[in-house]
Amino acid sequence: MNIFRQCLILISSVLISLLSVVGSVNADNHKGFKLGVVTFLSGPAAEPFGVPAWNGGKLFIELLNAGKAPAPYDKVGFGGMKITAIPIDESGGATKQVQEFRNLVQRDKVDAVLGYVSSGDCMAIPSVADELKALTVLYDCGTPRVFEDASYKYVFRTAAHAAMDNIAIAKYLIEKGHDISSIAGINQNYAWGKDSWKDFSVSIKKLSPSSEVKNELFPKIFSGQYGTEISALMNSKAKVVHSSLWGGDLQSFILQAKPRGLFKRTQVVFSAGDHVMPGLGNKYPEGVILGARGQYGMMAPDTPLNKWFYKAYMDEYGVFPAQPPYRMVQGLMGLKMAVEKAMEKNGGKKPNKDQIATAFTGLEWEAPGGLVQMKLGNGHQAIQPHAIGKTVKGSDGNITVTDIVRYKASCVNPPNGIKAVDWINAGFPGADC
Amino acid sequence: MVDEILTIFLDGAIYASWLFIVALGLTFVFGVLKILNIAHGGIYALGAYSTATLVPLFYLLGMPEQFVIIAMLFSALAVAIVITPIMERGILRRFYGQDEVLIVLVTYAIYLVLEDVQKLIWGMNSLYVSEPREILGALELGDLYYVGYDLALIGLAVFCGLALWLALNKTKSGKIVLAVIHNPEISGCMGVNVNRVYLSAFFIGAFLAALAGSFTAPLISVQVGISVAVVIESFAVVIIGGLGSIPGAVIGALIIGMARAACVHKLPEAEIFIMYFCMAGMLIFKPKGLFEGSQARKI
Amino acid sequence: MSQKFYTNIFFQSILLMILLIVVGIFIPNWLVFVMTKAIAYGLVGLGIITLMRGGLVSFGQGLVFGIGGYTAGLLGTQAGLTDAILLLFISFVFTGFLGLIIAPLLARYRDIFFAMLSLAFSMVLYGILIKIDAIGGSDGFVLPESTYFGIEPLAEYADYSLYVVSIIMTGIISIALRYYYNSTPGLIALAVRENELRVEYLGSSAFNVTVLNFTIAAGLGGMGGALNGIALGHIDPEFTYWTTSGEFVFISILAGYLSVPAVFLAALLLELVRSFSGRYFPDTWQLILGVFLILSIIFLPSGIGSFFKKFFDKINKNINK
Repeated sequence: MNIFRQCLILISSVLISLLSVVGSVNADNHKGFKLGVVTFLSGPAAEPFGVPAWNGGKLFIELLNAGKAPAPYDKVGFGGMKITAIPIDESGGATKQVQEFRNLVQRDKVDAVLGYVSSGDCMAIPSVADELKALTVLYDCGTPRVFEDASYKYVFRTAAHAAMDNIAIAKYLIEKGHDISSIAGINQNYAWGKDSWKDFSVSIKKLSPSSEVKNELFPKIFSGQYGTEISALMNSKAKVVHSSLWGGDLQSFILQAKPRGLFKRTQVVFSAGDHVMPGLGNKYPEGVILGARGQYGMMAPDTPLNKWFYKAYMDEYGVFPAQPPYRMVQGLMGLKMAVEKAMEKNGGKKPNKDQIATAFTGLEWEAPGGLVQMKLGNGHQAIQPHAIGKTVKGSDGNITVTDIVRYKASCVNPPNGIKAVDWINAGFPGADC
Repeated sequence: MVDEILTIFLDGAIYASWLFIVALGLTFVFGVLKILNIAHGGIYALGAYSTATLVPLFYLLGMPEQFVIIAMLFSALAVAIVITPIMERGILRRFYGQDEVLIVLVTYAIYLVLEDVQKLIWGMNSLYVSEPREILGALELGDLYYVGYDLALIGLAVFCGLALWLALNKTKSGKIVLAVIHNPEISGCMGVNVNRVYLSAFFIGAFLAALAGSFTAPLISVQVGISVAVVIESFAVVIIGGLGSIPGAVIGALIIGMARAACVHKLPEAEIFIMYFCMAGMLIFKPKGLFEGSQARKI
Repeated sequence: MSQKFYTNIFFQSILLMILLIVVGIFIPNWLVFVMTKAIAYGLVGLGIITLMRGGLVSFGQGLVFGIGGYTAGLLGTQAGLTDAILLLFISFVFTGFLGLIIAPLLARYRDIFFAMLSLAFSMVLYGILIKIDAIGGSDGFVLPESTYFGIEPLAEYADYSLYVVSIIMTGIISIALRYYYNSTPGLIALAVRENELRVEYLGSSAFNVTVLNFTIAAGLGGMGGALNGIALGHIDPEFTYWTTSGEFVFISILAGYLSVPAVFLAALLLELVRSFSGRYFPDTWQLILGVFLILSIIFLPSGIGSFFKKFFDKINKNINK
């Protein structure tokens, strides 16, 4: 088969030369703003998380480029520069994501990268970002550890981290008088799941020292099958079951646990429970206490900005926006403000990474979910107000959220300079509720 | 206390049944064709996807609920009918008689192809088909609630295992297959159409893989990537039980199922680790598994 | 093999190494990174080739890949050791040593059982790694930036420095391997592949050759893992997962066991496909790889290497004239 061999070698060499030429001649889009967007476009996290987030982002970028967003976001694109977005799939694990990040920065020469849902990716990307001097906006991931364990020059997280979710839920349970004498948890076996459970269980212990932990389960992420875990939870007879499960895992858990009566026999709390509501519709169980990781979706505040965003998303996609699109839009808004602030300082030119980074540090901006303030992590980590509610079946038969309690940002977020878990252990000193 | 033992036993049995149905096809195909089919996981996923597609269609056409099981069986059958000619006749047959490991690599290549075929046909979205899970109601055992469907899985596993074993040992065609397992060359000389036996055996293996996928679909969100874990879990079962052995697959599934259930209830930290631990243990002490198929050494 | 053959190999390899180092200056950074990763994967592929010459296919090289990566990572974060050359060397020796210990356990098995055993061992390590939170659990951890003889290179040259180091170290290893393949144990391995029983009757030990090959493969795999981890700056248990092992097997089958450079070419092909897949064809890259693999098994059973071998044989013949 000589011909095949020769073809193979010929094709390989041509391919390699072509690719290196193509790769380096990638248009350096000087006039516009090139943005790499990384979120889950495939796999268990896509449909409930990544895809709605990208839908929200796509829509917002379109509106920005047409100058159709309300003030203070009414300038076209970022400060007049049209935004070109390059969406990248976040699936495949942290090591693959590091490679994709390098491709975005070195080969596609993006001006900034906005992305990352998975806490695992958020722990891996920042050091590469600083090494390559690439402006990076983490828009969603939850682990508090990103800016607690290290500090970065070019990395910013435009949403509050997960400590807020779990502290607020613990407070809600106490304030509403629920029985928390025994708790159990089912969380995924990685940074997000472990940190969420720790923050919740320690908060409960602090607010109610007599509470005891009956069971702590950590199934593998994306496992999708929880039959045995559900039996264990029901057997433990804990009064409260906490879970930070998300995406396809949360959907599977709900679908598997509901027929077995878990939601009727115990008070279930989901620290990030709203993003599966659009997909599950009326299959969502009643009586679940949940957080949306911010004032999002059905718990969003009644402001003109939120009304605009809610309607724009609903009109375009026919379903209400839950947490994911809110967070991505929040991140885009922050980036826009930072870029425009940097442009004011440098006389209207396209700002470089250092200028944007300086502008971003300590920034504050209004988002559909409330005021976002970059107060932690030396100005790199955001805090925001929160809301916790309970699901109930409305008179029209649809599942909605009621009994909403709102929390100020400074009530459920630690102050700058102290780790979340230390703040909880010390009894929330300096909390301003 | 008794409650807890009962729970562990039931949970273990349910999980073991799932493992058994998944691994049965794999061990059977190896036994007859001497092929360790890595694409088995891919066929499982196809079964799940086809059920997720056909069952909603079934409900749409307004068929009576009780017959949804038939729709699921049919979707598994459809997958097997499509996949077998392409895989067995089209690709694998070229490699019969060659190195065993080479065929494994071919099945690995087919696995890669099937992963993308799933994405191309059904896209990246997760599909849900949870309705069939509710038709058998629920069972209350004291404080515990078990869904009838999950318990019925045990029945399905037993049925599949018994059916295959009886077919192999008590029917004429089954005995012909046993002869081919033992020595394909001599069987061929004695007039058996070995190629046809291979085709049928592969078909059964593929059907069982797709069946496992079909009946698992109502329990999970059917999405890209469900095959990855299945490949390794079915491997664990056949490593412990011994390649090519049906009783081996039963024991392997039971060991892993019970161990995992016990861990989740008593020692949750070890849950992820326990399967690999059982695998390691078996490899160190009896690498060919509990019931190894006998193979004469040829010089 | 004549003395001239060995000299030819030596000079050809040096030439190739110099060529690659020079080319590295002109190609864009992302391509340097891709090539460094290809070298890492190629090293592991070489390990599998070494075993394949003895008739065994290891479906679990993820085991040593992971051990090498974690060794380099832990030495970096816990012991402050960041010298890339030292890390690569230590990983090579340490993993090779571990390979020597495990080898007798595995060396008795053949064909499918060897493949499954190696796979199982790699999965056992996976199960252990995702549970140990001290080293990051399933998230893994970040590796510190590497230094070279105490100097930390400027950010723009970091990729290139690693590239040069890996070319040189891999070049030396490749030359050594080529010598090994044409030496007595190397040729006995080929004989074992054909008919093990007869080799035993002729007085050689198939077991010893297998242990030796496995140890070498382990060392190579470990070094590849360390290089991959250092290049990415990150390591996680995915390094030991069976799908990673599958990629190494893919490289070896594509390359065949006849030629050393072919392994790196196959690895480069895989890395290029992977590099472009995220952006340009996320839905079809596995399909492409799968089809490629089947076609090469059918039409090119000895891999790309067979073509290389003919090419180099011709050159050698002309030089020898």
